[in-house]
Amino acid sequence: MKDFRSPYPGYDVLSKWHSPSWNEQTRQIISARLDDVPERRFLSEAEWALLEAVCARLMPQPDRAAPVPIAPFVDQKLAENRGDGYRYADMPPMREAWRRGLAAIEAESRERYGASFAELPEADQDELLEAIEAGRVDGEHWRGLPPKRFFKALLVKQVVTIYYAHPSAWSEIGFGGPASPRGYVRLGFDERDPWEAKAGHD
Amino acid sequence: MSATHGKRRPAMIDEPRATDGRAPDVFRAGGWTSMRCYSESEEVDFAIVGTGAGGGTLACKLAEAGFSVVAFDAGPFWRPLEDFASDEREQEKLYWTDERITGGDDPLELGINNSGKGVGGSTVHFTMVSLRFRPDWFKSRSRLGYGFDWPIDWDDIEPYYGEVENALKISGPVNYPWGSPRKAYPYRPHPVNAAGLVLARGAEALGIAWSPTPLATLSAPRGRAHPCVYRGFCRIGCSTNAKQSVLVTWIPRALKAGAEVRDLAMVGRIEMDRNGRATGVLYHRLGEWRVQRARNVVVAGYAIETPRLLLNSANDQFPNGLANGSGFVGTHLMCHSGPNAWATMEEEIRCYKGPPSMAMSEHWNYCDEGKDFDGGYAFMSQGPLAAEWANVVAGSRGHWGMKLRREMTLYNHMAGLEIVGEVMPRPENRVELADEEDSLGLKIPRVTFSYCDNDRRLQRHATRFMSDVLRAAGGRDLWTGEDTAHLMGGCRMGFSPDDSVVDGDGRSWEIPNLWICDGSLFPTGGGVNPSLTIQALACRIADRIQAMAARGELARARRSRSRRTDRALA
Repeated sequence: MKDFRSPYPGYDVLSKWHSPSWNEQTRQIISARLDDVPERRFLSEAEWALLEAVCARLMPQPDRAAPVPIAPFVDQKLAENRGDGYRYADMPPMREAWRRGLAAIEAESRERYGASFAELPEADQDELLEAIEAGRVDGEHWRGLPPKRFFKALLVKQVVTIYYAHPSAWSEIGFGGPASPRGYVRLGFDERDPWEAKAGHD
Repeated sequence: MSATHGKRRPAMIDEPRATDGRAPDVFRAGGWTSMRCYSESEEVDFAIVGTGAGGGTLACKLAEAGFSVVAFDAGPFWRPLEDFASDEREQEKLYWTDERITGGDDPLELGINNSGKGVGGSTVHFTMVSLRFRPDWFKSRSRLGYGFDWPIDWDDIEPYYGEVENALKISGPVNYPWGSPRKAYPYRPHPVNAAGLVLARGAEALGIAWSPTPLATLSAPRGRAHPCVYRGFCRIGCSTNAKQSVLVTWIPRALKAGAEVRDLAMVGRIEMDRNGRATGVLYHRLGEWRVQRARNVVVAGYAIETPRLLLNSANDQFPNGLANGSGFVGTHLMCHSGPNAWATMEEEIRCYKGPPSMAMSEHWNYCDEGKDFDGGYAFMSQGPLAAEWANVVAGSRGHWGMKLRREMTLYNHMAGLEIVGEVMPRPENRVELADEEDSLGLKIPRVTFSYCDNDRRLQRHATRFMSDVLRAAGGRDLWTGEDTAHLMGGCRMGFSPDDSVVDGDGRSWEIPNLWICDGSLFPTGGGVNPSLTIQALACRIADRIQAMAARGELARARRSRSRRTDRALA
């Protein structure tokens, strides 16, 4: 099953841009996210291409002509060395963990399939990612980088956080999105304010 | 999108705002309020490190009592009306994101999960749940057979709970089902959202009590703040000031009473003299290290930064760190366990609306029958925003790819419960210094945490029970996950220098003019969110300090004091 259908096809949080649900500071933040997608600064070209291929499996978007950009924001975080406030005792510092993790994915791919990750068929890419997720990898390239931790605490967490910070993602799940100064009035079961997502096709 | 006006993303705030005799007026865009400023050579009565639930509250109370107070915060002085966007990623700026190392069998997620950086501390992004401790918890060893007794008892703190609830205009029910008899909450309860009504329906079906959550967000106007508009972004900062954080309650009062707040001021060391007394703090602001002299130093940096500062202040006389003669600094760190359960509901829930936890039950905090574990827990309805929810689904269920995208489309039908679960205080769960240094040359903290068997049994009980509640409420396709919240302990109060870092007044056993006032004081964690208790403790400590000053038991100044202070210290 490759297709994806939102239950809220007629809903777009951006249609509230000029409404009281959006204030100026939020408009500034979101317009930067939409229009100023960061350039590559930290990762090498090869690392960037690999990360794009990984993101395409972690958050596939075959339904979109222009996918929600993910790799650029990972790179931005790494370029700014903006951590989350903690690092697991069994992990290297953030930048090093990403560098080594990406290298390990590529090495693992070459070892198992004799090809670069980006060139693998989707099924093989998924199989490889599942092996890392389950910790069923033990090559030299994973030394000092627990694969399960890298996959869950860094890779998936970042990719998911970035994707669901995009208005297109908010729209597809029917999230109300920005809500200030206007919040909500109808709070109960099956109660919907007129400015919230309505399920179904109109 | 045509609406880009070439506006740039607002820069991070890297310049202090509270300077030159003024501080931000949080209630007015671009507004200022006057602030008394002290010179660094002037020996102030109290230098307070941290302006959250402990330090911010204490700064207010001590200033109102006439003491000279300078309070330091490592983070910015936010203007919520202008600085806070409705956006999860942007608001990551509220958290303490300096590097910390987390280890043990069950390493704690820090940062976004449990620590704030900025004037007002973590209360700027807390969920506003304002619950009192069960009275027995202050003597949990003697009365309940686990953990430790506190050196203070219910009667000592009960009046201060009332004081804090009134100071924050807590909204809550007329009749709260648990605990010792109490007055009505100052403000009426909020209407319960659908996520909370799921909890209510399930609890009623199982025959246990539930309640609208007592919340520190306005249900009616107060001064220049409007009532809560149920926008639901509470956990990432309230942009309307309905949330009664320390930033919009105690801090404005503190400024009015003559306290000075120094924002973007990271304290790196407590200065000591040869007689083993604190003389002030060494702090970093505007690119340089500076010293503020003080007769008393209060550390209020929360459960990680407080022990870190005491350890980083080690000197020849105190080679293991300050107040650490018995080796307790950093030990007995606790979190609250947060196992959770989720179900898909037939109805639309849209849990993003309103404060995240509008309904709750303390049933298992007050009922001990049939428990196979020590301690208690409260369970509460949940309201994760989009990215937070995606992390729950990805983290707990291991979903990614199309599976995750499809699962996420159920968002508006999801309802969940999570506990605030008591965790046993154990010496091996602790804060220490790592060998690494941060950009200021200060050693970074290493946090070690593991659950014990009792903690696990409590969580299993809670997971089973919450699943029953959700099923009884009509939920289907149940699944469960794990989480933690809050930090407590690390510099616990106790009965003697042999069992603790400070006494029941937060005063160090070893250094008589060094105090602690924050969540690190907790000997046990209870099964409720800690902020109300931290603030109540701060109010009590302020009163105790005032009484000690009146009896001449505080550090006496060598120089002449202001007349105001003379009165207080006389």
